[in-house]
Amino acid sequence: MSKVLNKRNGIIAVLILSLLFPLAFSDNKYVLYIMTLAFIYIIAIYGMNILAGYTGQLSLAHAGFFAIGAYSVGVLTTKAGLNFWLALLLAVLITMGIGFALGIIALRTKEHFFAIYTLIAGYLIYLLIYKWEGLTGGVRGLIGIPIPNAIGPIKFESPIAMYYLVLLFLLLSIFVTVRIVYSLTGRTYNAIRNSEELAQTLGINTKINKLVSFVISVSFAGLAGGLYASLVRFIGPEIAGTTMVFTFLMYLIVGGIGTLAGPIIGTLLFIWLEQYLQSFQEHKMLIFGPILTLIVIFYPRGIVGAIQSLMGYFRTRKKESSKSYKTNSESTDMKSREV
Amino acid sequence: MNHLLKLSDVTIKFGGFEALKNINLEVHEGELVVLLGANGAGKSTLFKTISGLNKMTSGDIQFNGNSISGAAPDRIVKTGIVQCAEGKKLFSEMSVQENLMMGGFVHRRKKAQLKQSLEETYDLFPILKEKKDDAAGSLSGGQQQMLAIGRALMAKPKLIMLDEPSIGLAPLIVEQMFSVIQSINRNGTTVLLAEQNANAALKIANRGYVIENGILVLQGNSKELFNNDEIRKAYIGA
Repeated sequence: MSKVLNKRNGIIAVLILSLLFPLAFSDNKYVLYIMTLAFIYIIAIYGMNILAGYTGQLSLAHAGFFAIGAYSVGVLTTKAGLNFWLALLLAVLITMGIGFALGIIALRTKEHFFAIYTLIAGYLIYLLIYKWEGLTGGVRGLIGIPIPNAIGPIKFESPIAMYYLVLLFLLLSIFVTVRIVYSLTGRTYNAIRNSEELAQTLGINTKINKLVSFVISVSFAGLAGGLYASLVRFIGPEIAGTTMVFTFLMYLIVGGIGTLAGPIIGTLLFIWLEQYLQSFQEHKMLIFGPILTLIVIFYPRGIVGAIQSLMGYFRTRKKESSKSYKTNSESTDMKSREV
Repeated sequence: MNHLLKLSDVTIKFGGFEALKNINLEVHEGELVVLLGANGAGKSTLFKTISGLNKMTSGDIQFNGNSISGAAPDRIVKTGIVQCAEGKKLFSEMSVQENLMMGGFVHRRKKAQLKQSLEETYDLFPILKEKKDDAAGSLSGGQQQMLAIGRALMAKPKLIMLDEPSIGLAPLIVEQMFSVIQSINRNGTTVLLAEQNANAALKIANRGYVIENGILVLQGNSKELFNNDEIRKAYIGA
């Protein structure tokens, strides 16, 4: 039984489910749309996870970078008339460029100060978008962002096509994250999260490693933002807002910060909970707030962390029960010797 | 003899507090030098200063003939000084072997050399080879200390600084630990050892310094120190 329920088969099952999902809901465009949107958020949250979860630097400018990606695609397609694909590529590069410049300054600060600094930086990005009417449309936002251009015979007019497109980018993001986490780079980030001082005494240049991690992290946000612009096709400054970044953070923490499956589980759980709780939109935080608080107190590594420790518990219990036979026989040996 | 490490008038102030005052200390190539001192005397501060984690207020540190004052910690590791911090700071979720490989970070592109260093470390600490796939956090106190030393050796340092490797270990393990340190030194690595256990440390050291309240109050070869009345009273208890 444990051979059927191993990790690899689980991943394959989830993958097949995600591929078959649109077929089950092919006539329900709304469900597909929500799922696609969730995938886009997951891509952004994977970026947040690399920096906050694995490198241990909590950046609250993440929604700002998401917005930079979205507005880059929006402006480049509606005002400069660029092809979506070129705009998306440029959007990622622009986000990385701004991330690099901001990261150099932000990473001079540490821990709480880094979080506060990036919170302010994120708010500045929001203000810039809000006030720069000529470029961003200000509070009215940008309207009429085109859907992705067709690649040969593949068109992206239907929700199903958009779903698969975003799924492809999501799988790519997961692939990149896995490659990073299981490499020396990932262990280097882990070392920095554990203790910057210790990492330094091993010869790790923490400044450069944190900066690279920051730029990788925002590139995910930029990509997600660009996809968001072409899915929703209308963007306003609120996507750079603090509500957005704390939403991302909540999904990440509840799912499991510093875990590979955390971003998926946290986001899907909350997005679908929100759908069911729509009748009391205004009061949803009455439910989310306590969930978040309880998880932070009891399971700092979220749902995934809780499952892992539960599985670890059963594994050691299994081991110990097989061991206890031995110790029992040993103790009887002792007794017999004493006798 | 050529000095490998030389501190000249090293002073550190934290605000108005002088943690280290005019420290003059030398370590020659191939030596095993012990730094004796009680808790809070300044041993760890001195080590952190040498490895670049603390910024000096004044003074100069020379290593291998070059000044390393003000260099970043990772640069200092590359020049050949590696510190093994007090308190067995390990990456507890990583396996034993992954911890060791992190120690070889500065040589990460020299795969063959890393493999050889790994074998040498396992020869020195056979127990680590046995447990190479176990999480570092699951090891016993003595094994964790061995892993911390092994990890520091993976960087192939010219000078290894060990900060109280015997702390919190059972007497039998302490004895083993000191004989391992001695063999590390005999294999050609210069050792600077911070200790409170003067009895055991002076047995394996060539020379020693005594630090009190941030000042070096005594120095000499290990025999002189061992026979010094004040040291016997303060650190050996006989």
